[in-house]
Amino acid sequence: MTRSRIYGLVGFVWFLMTIAAIVYATRLALVVAPTEATMGNVQRIFYYHVPTSMLSLLFPYVNFFASLCYLYWRSRDPLKALTADAVAIASAEVTVVYASICLLTGMLWGRAAWGIWWTWDARLTSMLLLWLLYVSYLMLRKLSATGQAHTLAAVLSVFAAIDVPIVYMSIQWWRTQHPAPVFFGGPDTGIDASMKPAFGYNVLGWAMWGIFLLLFRYALERRRQQVEQDAALQAIEASLEIAQ
Amino acid sequence: MTYAGHVVNHLRKDIRLEWRSRDSINGMLFFALLVVVVFAFAFDPTAAMSRQIAGGILWVALLFASVIALNQSWTREQRNRVLEAQRMAPSPASALFLGKALANFLFVAIVEAVLAPLFIVFYNLHALGQGWILAAVMPLGTWALVCNGTFFAALGLRTRNRELLLPLILFPISIPALLGMMQATTGILSGEFDPGPWVRLLIAYNIAFTTVCLLLFETVLSAE
Repeated sequence: MTRSRIYGLVGFVWFLMTIAAIVYATRLALVVAPTEATMGNVQRIFYYHVPTSMLSLLFPYVNFFASLCYLYWRSRDPLKALTADAVAIASAEVTVVYASICLLTGMLWGRAAWGIWWTWDARLTSMLLLWLLYVSYLMLRKLSATGQAHTLAAVLSVFAAIDVPIVYMSIQWWRTQHPAPVFFGGPDTGIDASMKPAFGYNVLGWAMWGIFLLLFRYALERRRQQVEQDAALQAIEASLEIAQ
Repeated sequence: MTYAGHVVNHLRKDIRLEWRSRDSINGMLFFALLVVVVFAFAFDPTAAMSRQIAGGILWVALLFASVIALNQSWTREQRNRVLEAQRMAPSPASALFLGKALANFLFVAIVEAVLAPLFIVFYNLHALGQGWILAAVMPLGTWALVCNGTFFAALGLRTRNRELLLPLILFPISIPALLGMMQATTGILSGEFDPGPWVRLLIAYNIAFTTVCLLLFETVLSAE
């Protein structure tokens, strides 16, 4: 069997395991876990909201390290650099997807629990800014010419990584300087032991799904790079033939 | 030639270019003035209310105005392929960036110097807090905008829709700085809270991003 066949098989098995974990986690979250005392069934969105928000804070790190690797390998080992770049774009897209899900489920929950869709609370604002940063990263990739997109995007990723702690700090200050919002997001500290399996399996399931998306997107980007390289090679060969 | 010498040379070149055309400063000035007038129509502020909103409006006007000038500042280098020559020149790339950023800083500062009195007149402002802190907030805020703005304008130089791209990547990165300068200005004007933490935030932001810009500019300039 060729290497790509083996990778495909491993990916397929991983996909099946992911689906199984998500199905089991959904059953735990919607059926098995007890109904929460004050919020009722609305609280069940917690099992989707919190895992996706945790994961959307994790994938930016992957993007940042991949970008650093890209900048390091850019002139030393261009082929490795392209690998790092494929990881960077895949993780940025997964970040945007998970942050969007986190924001949307948060809004739904906020509407049901607090009566409002949105409040400029510290955590909500920080998450929105994270989303904005990574959307702008994808915009830059979309708008730049093919040859330069990797480098420019890697540079922007470094900027974003430096920006995130400053954003976090400044938003905290902003909210403590002003009157605190009427509603304060999130559950009380800690959850009941009977809810823990549902929460744990949802974290696991969605983490596996995120990794699956990341690897799938990575494989896609690698193929796109391959096609681009082949096209460039053919163009070079064609130009040589004319010269003779 | 020393590093400072290169920076001064680039700075002098940019100032001379601007002196001969005066495109950026005039454009920025008129644009910022228009924004101030439009906001006055939008809010119809009283003296008490304008203290609350003036900090935000001033910086929004300057932000939009500087984006226009920042896009212009690198387009000049593209004429007659000057930028290609700059890339081949033995002088350090970051000197080019620093000279350009300082020149842009100077232009925006001139716009501020003209705009501030007009602003005070139009919005009936007088600071209830310590007005002298504005002398620190204005340059710090301007540098925060201009330093990253110059960098991102260079980053977007060879992309499609260059003019569109700059605000799309500059604004999200600049949000903490914008928050800092707007809050500090509002704190000074309204006297309701201490602008100190926000000034420190701006200083930290400037140090962090000026360093990164200087380190990464060569990568961006020679991105292929």
